[in-house]
Amino acid sequence: MKTLILTLATTLLMTTAQAEPTATGDLGLVIERANGSVLLVDQSDRAALARIEGLGDLSHASLVYSPDERFAYVFGRDGGLTKVDIVTRQIVNRVIQAGNAIGGAISDDGKLVAVSNYEPGGVRVFDADTLDMVADIPTGSKTIGLVDAPGRRFVFTMWDTGETWIADFAKGDPKITKIPDMGKNPYDALITANGRTYITGLFGEDGLTALDLWAETPEPIRVLPNYGRGQEDMPVYKMPHLEGWALTGREFVLPAVGHHEVLWIDADTLTETGRTKTHGQPVFAMARPDGRQVWVNFAHPLNDTIQVIDSVSKEIIHEFKPGPAVLHMEFTPRGHEVWISVRDAGKVMVYDTQSFEKLREIDANSPSGIFFTARAHRTGL
Amino acid sequence: MARLGCRNSGPHPTQGGQETSGIAAGRSIWTGRAVLSTAVLVATTAFAADTLDPNALKRLVHQDCGSCHGLSLKGGLGPDLRSETLDHYDADVLTGVILDGIPDTAMPPWRPLISEEEAEWIARYLLAQEAQ
Repeated sequence: MKTLILTLATTLLMTTAQAEPTATGDLGLVIERANGSVLLVDQSDRAALARIEGLGDLSHASLVYSPDERFAYVFGRDGGLTKVDIVTRQIVNRVIQAGNAIGGAISDDGKLVAVSNYEPGGVRVFDADTLDMVADIPTGSKTIGLVDAPGRRFVFTMWDTGETWIADFAKGDPKITKIPDMGKNPYDALITANGRTYITGLFGEDGLTALDLWAETPEPIRVLPNYGRGQEDMPVYKMPHLEGWALTGREFVLPAVGHHEVLWIDADTLTETGRTKTHGQPVFAMARPDGRQVWVNFAHPLNDTIQVIDSVSKEIIHEFKPGPAVLHMEFTPRGHEVWISVRDAGKVMVYDTQSFEKLREIDANSPSGIFFTARAHRTGL
Repeated sequence: MARLGCRNSGPHPTQGGQETSGIAAGRSIWTGRAVLSTAVLVATTAFAADTLDPNALKRLVHQDCGSCHGLSLKGGLGPDLRSETLDHYDADVLTGVILDGIPDTAMPPWRPLISEEEAEWIARYLLAQEAQ
């Protein structure tokens, strides 16, 4: 008997020593923009687990996950592409791939990581394993709205020239399809969760432009041209973001530019179905994963506020001020909670999306983007 | 537009709002920001002292100008604002650009949010090395 107990005890000790396997499905990373670090967080425990440092200039940084939810590819403003292992909690590789970058994407098979750059303008594509460059696609323009599309494709758009390009990596060297006349100064873009519709928001004119990626030769489809007609344009102190497909049942919702409202669009016909006046210039209009609510944050100087819109009535059902400089929101995959980064409070705040009760505050240094690993399994995120 | 932190008098923000409401202007016309009176009130609380607040202004430059120009001002959607890039401009010119924006570009007018003195402070700050 003694022997048995001893054996059991030894086994237990050994298991601990060998380190328990880390389940990453409920983890996430928070960008700490001022310090060049990311904070590893646990959704279920509503807690910070570790800080990983040395990622360079992370103002306006974003990241994507490998399909196994182990690695994050972090895209820094300074052109840094950093591969972080969230199991061992360390940087495993880092390259400076350009002078000034804006975002990135990972291919559907998880093998290629693409980065869009302002300087030099274009897209560079890297082997997800080694971070060796596999393709350089200069565009001659600041390049925005880079997303992955099914079939090992990347889609991206040019701020200066108003073109959208599709780079198809299905067979070795990329095949590039160029679509001109998307509109004046596209500022960001997104792709639907099914990978069919790519839509870019325009800064230089009122309206958006969509592409049907299922079409043989995709053509620009004007969406809500002149949506601000007859209204005074207001200065835009921060460009809105188009992230995620804020699909609410049959509609989706997007921030207007230069107008304090969000626009509702029928997902099938791409025609307007309504507008909701908001507190300020919306930056993110993000649907809770079930689509029932849309959470909106705002540009400077009204960036201390969040409004929640009911997607059935299209009315604002809740408004609150989490604190100074609300930069980003991320829902838990099933939407029961939302994590909000409040930069100047130095906190990430966790709220219940039904009761709107604040559940937790987590300290973070100038937090901006919040990214849960569930993004690994979604097209366009 | 009047600012709470601005000594030289101008129309009260609320008045300004009433006077200009209903004017329809194109995107390139940046004058007469009627609807912003609420924004003005909110924004100016940060600068509501009689004297300039350099820390608040530095924060504004790096965090809010930084959303287009980069946290370290090396540029982004907006151009590089480091002093070596800007040093062929006079502070007056930069002050004007900050206050009134550049039509047909993404540079908005900051006049609704900051005073002329604050814009001038920012222009000088950008031209000085200490911004880096």
